Amino acid sequence: MLNQIVEKKKLAYGVHLFWIENPIISQKAKPGQFVIFRVHEHGERIPLTISGTDKDKFRVIVRAVGKSTYELCKLSKGEYIKDVVGPLGTPSEIKKYGKVLIIGGGVGIAAIAPIAKELIKQGNKVDVILGARSKEYIILENEFKEATNIFIVTDDGSKGEKAFPHQLMEKLLQKNKYDVAWAIGPALMMKSCSEIAKKYNLKIFVSLNSIMVDGTGMCGGCRVRIKDELKYTCVDGPEFDGRDVNWKSFLTRLSQYREEEKIAFENYLKKVGEPTWL
Amino acid sequence: MAVKDRIKPIVRELNERIKDFNEVSLGYTWELAVEEAKRCLQCKIPTCVQGCPVGIDIPGFIKEIVQGNFQNSYKILKKYNSLPAVCGRVCPQEIQCEGSCILNKTGKPIAIGLLERFVADWASENAIEEKITIEKTTNKKVAVIGAGPAGLTNASELAKYGFKVDIYEAFSEPGGVLIYGIPEFRLPKSIVKREVDFLKKLGVNITLDIPVGYAIEPEELIEKYDAIFIGVGAGTPKFMNIAGTELNGVYSANEFLTRINLMKAFKFPEYDTPVKIGKKVVVIGGGNTAMDAARSAFRLGAEVTIVYRRSEKEMPARKAEIHHSKEEGIKFQLLTQPIEYVGDENGKLKAIKCVKMKLGEPDTGGRRRPLPIENSEFFIEADIAIEAIGTNSNKLLLSKFKGLELNKWGYIKTDEFGQTSIPKVFAGGDIVTGSATVILAMGAGKKAAKKMKEFLET
Repeated sequence: MLNQIVEKKKLAYGVHLFWIENPIISQKAKPGQFVIFRVHEHGERIPLTISGTDKDKFRVIVRAVGKSTYELCKLSKGEYIKDVVGPLGTPSEIKKYGKVLIIGGGVGIAAIAPIAKELIKQGNKVDVILGARSKEYIILENEFKEATNIFIVTDDGSKGEKAFPHQLMEKLLQKNKYDVAWAIGPALMMKSCSEIAKKYNLKIFVSLNSIMVDGTGMCGGCRVRIKDELKYTCVDGPEFDGRDVNWKSFLTRLSQYREEEKIAFENYLKKVGEPTWL
Repeated sequence: MAVKDRIKPIVRELNERIKDFNEVSLGYTWELAVEEAKRCLQCKIPTCVQGCPVGIDIPGFIKEIVQGNFQNSYKILKKYNSLPAVCGRVCPQEIQCEGSCILNKTGKPIAIGLLERFVADWASENAIEEKITIEKTTNKKVAVIGAGPAGLTNASELAKYGFKVDIYEAFSEPGGVLIYGIPEFRLPKSIVKREVDFLKKLGVNITLDIPVGYAIEPEELIEKYDAIFIGVGAGTPKFMNIAGTELNGVYSANEFLTRINLMKAFKFPEYDTPVKIGKKVVVIGGGNTAMDAARSAFRLGAEVTIVYRRSEKEMPARKAEIHHSKEEGIKFQLLTQPIEYVGDENGKLKAIKCVKMKLGEPDTGGRRRPLPIENSEFFIEADIAIEAIGTNSNKLLLSKFKGLELNKWGYIKTDEFGQTSIPKVFAGGDIVTGSATVILAMGAGKKAAKKMKEFLET
């Protein structure tokens, strides 16, 4: 049935994997694209990157950060998502580049998995950096087996090297030459990686998680300054060359509804109590 | 003989209406409707009909009101217009039917819009089911892209002709601008739902949450259907693109209104979608959308100023909307052009730098061109700015239709009946004309349906 959760798995505290039945999306989705969920009638529209497809279903991996994602993570196998729109956005520019460096941070690892897979399929040599705050949050590690090299970093050193992804990135760039890079993860990580890429004159794709409403270019809420131009993340992106992104205004716009998010979240916790399902 | 005055509709008390999003005008009671209908001169050559984009038999439906035959009146309306309750409310009658009414010369044209609305509402309240006559069923199939005014009208016409119609809509609700754009206080959403339900009774199938171009390729539609109608509107908001456009607190009217109307942000936190309410809101623009955004912000509790670069005379909004806005307490700062958004240290809007304007010679559109006055810069304090300066075509879907010719503004090129450069593909509404009105989009949907019928039958 359309939009039924056919599989659900907790990967780490607050990080949940969903397989959703939706043949249209699973057959059309390409790496880099996203969907918009509205969990229930009163829900807001939340964009989520598609993390893989299989026959009639597609995968998303969600980190619970606020009311909507807490609610989403509370749903069980067999339940339905009220509205699912997609696939949306321009797919990743995947072709034969030669040597590619891919960086995934936290739940961003879910987004880079299908990109890495497709790049390898196109004959690229792919080096991967997976980063997270601690070892539990290094997810989907076995999906990168075909990569040439895989490097792991954690903030606390509980797995791999104790470093931030951009620090390891710089180390690699000092020794190796890459033709292009991808970095997907928290906004600050993407910003730091983009600064390193700029320094080494490397094209780097980042996937911007702007606040959006419709996802089809209709509201302009996701606008971001790319060099001197205003672009819409939903249709012109979500991937842009990180070197061209105006990170200051992007980060500011992400915090637009912080107060409202807090109100909604506190009201919600009052209603449901301890979020034991996370 | 002196011409009697127009009968005034019942309008909710100012103090009451500005506190909520419920409808401002309550229209006519049946006594008032009959009284107004009696003023109609029943012209032999009715000029009002010429002013109507869908050519409603206006004297015909008004005559039935005079005689108290509301059901017959409704039947006449529905024959020409699939959305009379909508059009009675949001059409710019003053430049269409009422503007062409012979009595307009006296300043007292027949209140055709209010009468249309009355009949449509009466039919709904009395659960009058329109007898649906479907001409003859065929096995030919039509896909309609977009469930806004153009698409809904096109689908309704084609279904009545007997074709199988599938509508694809990207949003979670059908209605297009009627749902996301026009606020509840001007067009209750229950009315749109009623009209959509009628379409479903005609056998039209509506699939929601489908962004055509991504979820379905145009080629697939061309292969699967005998004809296609594109009615996706001109949905991409324009920004002036002045410095500071990405500051927090700067909205497009599309976003502001979508959050409020479609996502019900005015009920936050009962509904999850938030909208910034603001203390001092500036709306930029002079059209109906600007008035809608201003009146919405005002209802949320803000102090609201409309900034427009020409004078009130040049404002494209309907007179009634301008009147309601002023009456409700919205300030007008005319002959003013914003040139820069000024933010605080947290990236939030705090003021708008503006320049004063004067009117020069008329431009090609006939409106006097606004020119900046030197050294007249000043600041308006604002924590929210809403740009309502128009929209562009959404190129995304269009670029995926191979062989579809566009004009120099990026809208779809069609002949006068809506046929595009791809014979099987028709289009109408804002995606052909650029931003216009609900009724013009409906007229285009209807006209295209007629041509599509011919196309499908040959």
